[in-house]
Amino acid sequence: MEVIRSQKRTASNDIVSTPTLPLYLTAPPMEVRLEEFELFAIDRLRVLKGVSDGLARGRNPNEMDDLVDTLWKEHMRLPDVSEMINKDIISHFVLRLVYCRSDELKKWFLSMETALFRHRFRIKKIEEQRAIVGEFGLPYKAVIGAELESLKERLVLVARSLCQTSSDVENIYYKVPFEEVPDLVATRRVLLQKGYAFVAGSQLVSLVVTQFRSHLSKALILTNRKWTTTIREREKDRLTPIVEALSTSYLGPDYTQSSEYADISLKDIDQVSKSSFPLCMRHLFEKLREDHHLKHGGRMQLGLFLKGVGLKLDDALAFWREEFTKKVGSERFDKEYAYAIRHNYGKEGKRTDYTPYACSKIITSAPGAGDHHGCPYRHFSEDNLKAALSRMGLSSRGMEDVMDKVRNRHYQLACTLTFEAVYGTSCDTGINHPNQYFEESQKILKSKTPTAPV
Amino acid sequence: MTREEIDNNGDAMMIDDPNPKIENEFNVHYLRIYYGNLFPYSDIHKWLSYGHDGKHPGCDEYYFGRREFSFTLENDVYLRYKSFKNASAMEDAIKSNFPYKIDIGAVYSVDPDKRHAYAHSGTNLFTPVERELVFDIDITDYDDVRYCCSGADVCAKCWPLMTVAIKVIDTSLREDFGFKYILWVFSGRRGVHCWVCDAKARRLTNEQRSAVAEYFRVYKGNENNAKKVDLMGHSLHPFLARSYVDFLKNFFEGELQTNQSIFSSKEKYEKILGMITDEDIQSDLRGKWENSARSSLSEEATSLLRWEQLKKTLQSKKNKALSLRTCIEEIVFTFTYPRIDLEVSKQMNHLLKAPFCVHPKTGRVCVPIDPNNCDEFDPLAVPTLSQLIEEINAGGLSMDVDDDSDKSLLGKSIKFFRSSFLEPLLKSCKEEIESSYKTKIGKSKDTFSW
Repeated sequence: MEVIRSQKRTASNDIVSTPTLPLYLTAPPMEVRLEEFELFAIDRLRVLKGVSDGLARGRNPNEMDDLVDTLWKEHMRLPDVSEMINKDIISHFVLRLVYCRSDELKKWFLSMETALFRHRFRIKKIEEQRAIVGEFGLPYKAVIGAELESLKERLVLVARSLCQTSSDVENIYYKVPFEEVPDLVATRRVLLQKGYAFVAGSQLVSLVVTQFRSHLSKALILTNRKWTTTIREREKDRLTPIVEALSTSYLGPDYTQSSEYADISLKDIDQVSKSSFPLCMRHLFEKLREDHHLKHGGRMQLGLFLKGVGLKLDDALAFWREEFTKKVGSERFDKEYAYAIRHNYGKEGKRTDYTPYACSKIITSAPGAGDHHGCPYRHFSEDNLKAALSRMGLSSRGMEDVMDKVRNRHYQLACTLTFEAVYGTSCDTGINHPNQYFEESQKILKSKTPTAPV
Repeated sequence: MTREEIDNNGDAMMIDDPNPKIENEFNVHYLRIYYGNLFPYSDIHKWLSYGHDGKHPGCDEYYFGRREFSFTLENDVYLRYKSFKNASAMEDAIKSNFPYKIDIGAVYSVDPDKRHAYAHSGTNLFTPVERELVFDIDITDYDDVRYCCSGADVCAKCWPLMTVAIKVIDTSLREDFGFKYILWVFSGRRGVHCWVCDAKARRLTNEQRSAVAEYFRVYKGNENNAKKVDLMGHSLHPFLARSYVDFLKNFFEGELQTNQSIFSSKEKYEKILGMITDEDIQSDLRGKWENSARSSLSEEATSLLRWEQLKKTLQSKKNKALSLRTCIEEIVFTFTYPRIDLEVSKQMNHLLKAPFCVHPKTGRVCVPIDPNNCDEFDPLAVPTLSQLIEEINAGGLSMDVDDDSDKSLLGKSIKFFRSSFLEPLLKSCKEEIESSYKTKIGKSKDTFSW
């Protein structure tokens, strides 16, 4: 692939003709615009993160099929089919660069791309599936005629042993060396004869996915080699910074500009902190009220959040002053802390209007002794977290679900479940940003009592 | 096991100690004589060379040298990563160490002896490249279903469990997996080993080996569940169905009942009742059997009768629940289906005892078993070290295994090894070497003959 800056795209005559599910076997010789390089990758990343979310929530295969279909249409669809395929291919190869760079990244990418492929494959019609199998160059022949007849009875037995009714017994079987379908052999889901497994059309997924995964795994190793030896250096002013930023990117709105749902004033702030703040901010807020002080990390995390929530600069200064002067006095506040607050609002220094931290950033922070920032789902001890959750009003059942996610290190899902328990509603998009939590919460509360302050 | 019992099974022998201890079956002195005169070095070498005897340009002359062996010496000293250039190097090493046990490992990418030379390059260059697909079946894994012995003992009443295991696995390896070159070996005391030597088998990855092992796995037991075999589904997989119909059912209703009488006492039948998921049926049968506890029938007859009652009861209630449908089969499988040691089969680098070793606890030679005649195999009639030494001492019988008239105790086993296993295997190996050589050089006209 060649990345260019030109306005027009050269006609690409390298798209695979029929299958709309590319196998990414080789990087096609296309030209890619620099903007597309990043944008396409971001869109695909949204899909992969959605897949990751679905898997973490334990969605069954049929639910995952639907989820993938929805995600794909939402983020990857373009009016022109060939453009859509281009985007598919380009975004995959860009993300290969991004995710080849460490074992952890590789593992995640491999899992998500394989899952994505599996579910996109599953929803294809059988003819398309067969075409894709052919694409892979897998030399499996369908079993027909006399051979099929001789196997019929036993094939029925296999289907029945898997609790399939006779109407499920299929018409197409492929003769495959048993070595190629170890998972089907291990679970006795196929008939074996003289070293061959008879794989049903519906089980073809297993075969193809194994091939896909194995091929991608090898490709990632090669890509990593190329990246470290040539590409990274050669592209250090152009593609490298983009690649390096992509793996940690947060992909939602940035909440720098407060919306209609985020416009609070000082007098409401205590009430709103109890009703709509996510646990991380509630904790910081309570500690601030309690200790009349927060260390730098806490000031940044809470301060920027409050900005996103709609607290104006003057109100913010008044708010922090009110607390801090109880401990450090008015003069010290002006000297040491006021500047920083104005800085956050873009009124000092280089005048950057800083964006409130997303969950990904908060989770990866490292609170030390005396710090109260970070993500409670990650950084609190189990006991402290349970106490905090019960103060938020969670039942013991709800708490168990949340703790289960915490133990599996799905911190954002834990927060999402907390949200769902507190407001009695589901949050399908998942919580990715404290300000998102706030806004969603406000939406719900306001819809219940439109006029009263919440 | 005393000499007198052996006497009844084998040739007449000289008894030099009226009350021999088991340890006399094995001692270092005898072992030296065994390795000095009887161990079939060149057969083992031919086998593990798989045709790479250097006589064909397509041969890999270093193939044998990349195979790992391990020796266990007296005092449990364990030597791993031993490798030998050729048969005489192997023979010399064995004759200077007289190992109590010889294990065979995998063929590696480089000479195991020299593996450290390759350790510094970062990536792991010392990896297994080929290894037979192996299985290990040990009768102690059946202790919960055999009542005659436990632990290290084995007798004519429980050995048939091994026989049926061989039949089930051997049939499946050939019919389902298409393997042809399979060697079954007595482990020397209480089990059997299986070596699948086809080229395809030797090249299986760990994942593929694991898949084969799991395909064979049915029993999932530990002390915590009463029901250790769960055959779900509306029917059995054809492999299980064939095993049941061809081997397990008859064995259960015949030989097993005779030998083990699995219903004859309360303790025994409670175990089986625990496998029936329906409480009503359990109490129904329990009631019947408690009442007939003092019948005049023999243990065996009682057991058979109760089995019939159980079957009838379950048949009539079959439609009650899905879980009852396969209950009869589950009981049969629990008592008879092979229980392989999965870990042995799953990894290429797992070592396994070599055939024709001598078991240090029993003195018996690990001889091959003919799967087509495994009913005839008697673990208690396998030649022991002292028997073999006696035979040599008795003189006259010159051990000449190349002589067809050789009737010596070990000669029979070695002949079987050669004719049934080694020769067909080597023929196919040479064909493969020749054909891949031809492909490599693209010649179709010239043929090199052996």
